[in-house]
Amino acid sequence: MITLGTIHKRFGALGVLEDVSLAVRSGAVTALVGPNASGKTTLIKIILGLTRADVGTLHVDGRSADEAGAYRRAIGYMPQAAHFPPNLRVGDVLDLVAQLRPGETRDDDLAQAFEMDAIRDKFVGTLSGGTKQKVNAVVAFMFRPALLILDEPTAGLDPLAANVLKEKIRAVRREGRSVLVTSHILAELESLADDVAFLCDGRLRFTGSVADLLNRTRARSLEDAIAALMRTERATHRDAVGTEGAVAVPPWFVPQPKGVA
Amino acid sequence: MNVVALVLQAGLRDLSRNRWIVAYALCFLAIAEGLFWFGGTGPQVLLSLLNLVLLVVPLVSLVFGTVHVYASREFVELLLAQPVPRRQLFAGLYLGLALPLAGAFVLGAGIPFVAHARDGATVGGVAALLCAGVGLSLAFSAIATWIALYTDDRLKGVGLALGAWLATTVVYDGLVLGASAAFGDYPLERPLLALMLTNPVDVARVLVITQLDVSALMGYTGALFQHTFGTPVGTGIAAAALLAWCVIPLGLAGHRFLRRDF
Amino acid sequence: MTRRTNCGLLALMVSVAAPARAADLTVGAGGQFASISAALAAARPGDRVIVRAGMYREQTLVIRTPRLTLEGQGWPVLDGQGEREVLVIAADDVTVRGLVAMNTGVSNLEDRAGIRARDVRGCVIEGNRLRDNLWGIYLQRSAGCVVRDNDIEAHGARQTESGNGIHLWYSSGARVERNHVRGHRDGIYFEFSPHGITRDNVSERSQRYGLHFMFSDSCRYEHNMFRDNNSGVAVMYSRGVVIAENRFERSWGSAAYGLLLKDIMGGAITNNTFLRNSTGLFVEGSSRLQVTGNVFTQNGWAAKVLADADENVFSGNEFSGNAFDVTTNSRSANSTFDGNWWDEYAGFDLNRDGVGDTSFHPVRLFALVVEQHPAALLLLRSPLVSILDAAERVLPVLTPEALVDHHPLMRPPR
Repeated sequence: MITLGTIHKRFGALGVLEDVSLAVRSGAVTALVGPNASGKTTLIKIILGLTRADVGTLHVDGRSADEAGAYRRAIGYMPQAAHFPPNLRVGDVLDLVAQLRPGETRDDDLAQAFEMDAIRDKFVGTLSGGTKQKVNAVVAFMFRPALLILDEPTAGLDPLAANVLKEKIRAVRREGRSVLVTSHILAELESLADDVAFLCDGRLRFTGSVADLLNRTRARSLEDAIAALMRTERATHRDAVGTEGAVAVPPWFVPQPKGVA
Repeated sequence: MNVVALVLQAGLRDLSRNRWIVAYALCFLAIAEGLFWFGGTGPQVLLSLLNLVLLVVPLVSLVFGTVHVYASREFVELLLAQPVPRRQLFAGLYLGLALPLAGAFVLGAGIPFVAHARDGATVGGVAALLCAGVGLSLAFSAIATWIALYTDDRLKGVGLALGAWLATTVVYDGLVLGASAAFGDYPLERPLLALMLTNPVDVARVLVITQLDVSALMGYTGALFQHTFGTPVGTGIAAAALLAWCVIPLGLAGHRFLRRDF
Repeated sequence: MTRRTNCGLLALMVSVAAPARAADLTVGAGGQFASISAALAAARPGDRVIVRAGMYREQTLVIRTPRLTLEGQGWPVLDGQGEREVLVIAADDVTVRGLVAMNTGVSNLEDRAGIRARDVRGCVIEGNRLRDNLWGIYLQRSAGCVVRDNDIEAHGARQTESGNGIHLWYSSGARVERNHVRGHRDGIYFEFSPHGITRDNVSERSQRYGLHFMFSDSCRYEHNMFRDNNSGVAVMYSRGVVIAENRFERSWGSAAYGLLLKDIMGGAITNNTFLRNSTGLFVEGSSRLQVTGNVFTQNGWAAKVLADADENVFSGNEFSGNAFDVTTNSRSANSTFDGNWWDEYAGFDLNRDGVGDTSFHPVRLFALVVEQHPAALLLLRSPLVSILDAAERVLPVLTPEALVDHHPLMRPPR
């Protein structure tokens, strides 16, 4: 579905992503996890074309990413926090996005589930954080793109809405489309994700199925597994600093992701 | 509708309800109306407004523009994630900022002159003032957009905006005045005319005074200033210079917008 | 006054001696005479020569008969054919009306006029049209004449090829009223012609001055309109002049003045309007002038008062919308400004007596800067200039200390 090949990205002197290669399967939910400042957001922005990789290739739905951005027809994006112009009505925002993507197949399920019709005439600036986040989700799910990129999708949603959203994510997977999702709530991800990509200090330390990860780390939950990965990572980092480049590689470590598709 | 029009429409809808923009328009309305109210005739009101326009329009365009571009950052990212070309998005975003600012100015400053059409302000004078204000709005919106895209540090951005304001409204003319005193023995007219074209605030001012202060400018030896800027060709040159002050910062801002990482 | 009374007495005596027998002599279609010169030759004092419509191309006509009236009916045209003067009045108490005098042509040797009065008294030149003459109406050593309701127009290309519209030379006690003069070198010109009254005229588009007078004491100029004259109006070397309720408009140029006063001793400049001139009122070497009740609007420099002018008093005037209200060429200015209305005055009137509580300095710092560095004019109305002017008003360092209005009005005096 998406394939990223050997992505490198530096911001000035700061290396943010190094040699990241990743494939996201169709009909699967891939969880992108990692500590803060590990490069998750940068990776998402590279996929969206908001940020350009210094080196590397990107294919989405079989198409190479192009400057004009037509490949983004295959992507629906839900950013971490919704910031819409405060003096637009909800309807203005939804119509704007709809008109920017003419000719795409509409999907109004989430708009109905979140009762957008009832708040179409409200100004965005007057909405609560949770309602804004619903609008944010509706914008991402308005069409039927091959890939949905969801950055902390349930943050700020009430439990009922979060549940509706998760059901929608599962429905998307059933339709054979793919989802790339980040979240701090690993338990939530565990119930959704098929695959995991673990990013730390700009490098992908693990890619593979959730089952595989649990198996390798002998952990009972995704949370335990990721925690184990991070502990190892810290230790490695200390060692690396202490011994000038010598890197202790744990037995389960995957230096290059094998094809997961 | 194309992308530019859609994004512009969203910008217009948003900012036409923005309380700062509304207050900006109402301020001009109140001041212009007030000047008429206190017995000003059309030409007097035009002259009183001119100083205000030269100071306030650049200031508001720069500071509001910079802050607005920063505040729109996340929404811009959402739009950038849609299948639309950056170039068109940029055009829509710039126009969505510059046109509401220019429109607020035109409504605020223009309505009183329509209401007091009989108070002696010439059509040429009013048109010159409104054009100057619109030109300044467009130029300084472009500069503000450039500043906000140039640095992600908002404090630094607003600082740069204020610096640009001081430089163009006061410092530049101070240097010109100093130069004209220091080199008073040389024929300064043509260099000075050229210097006027390289500062948007001066271009706007010259556009208006060639309409309003004909009497004084004709009093200059050979009436050189009036004959340079007061003719249709001269007005065209001044308008072109003001346009250049929109296009060049806009080009720089656009270049940055097309290349930068969000 | 005595002289005029004598004149009247003389006229009375003449009319008593020769009993009234005023005959009408008609020239033109159906008249007794084919040419005006023939009729003039036949006319007796007091007769009326009526000229019917038509084109008359004759040698220069000279009226030598006193008390003659030469009257056109249906606008007969007297054509100088570009070669000669048209009509000369060479007898006293002659009236000329209803004629079109045109086309004297240009000459460098003689001052050709459409209508000239030469060494006469009491002529009346009224309701004529003068077109494209080198000089329009020329009063030469002619006292007590009336020039009124004439319409005078010339299209001379250059100053050197054009004379004045109404020209008075050594002609005292003239009344110049309700004439309309366009396109001459000077619209109305007085030289050595005291005690004249000039009122209700319109003088415009003159190549030089709309009104120009020198060495003409005790004249009154009232209610005239002077506009679009190349150099405005110049008044020089005279005493006791009254200039009231005139309009001076749109004199544009570095040497153009709504009203230029040079070496005028004593006089009143009252209730005039100065609108959109490069310099509204220019005062040089003049003293003891009362400048009151005038309106200065939208001029480049409303009033330039040079330091050699002294004891002039400006009061009750209105200054508004001028680029510069008052300028001078020295810190030691001797004229007084008191009780004027200034649109730039921003003071308060807490005791509500109609007079501002703080004084007003009408000379802006920027005016002095421009005086020394004319090119700086291009910074006119720059915010920087406003700041400098404001600073100078708070702490006057460079502007003339004496030029202060201590009683600025809160409202326009009208």
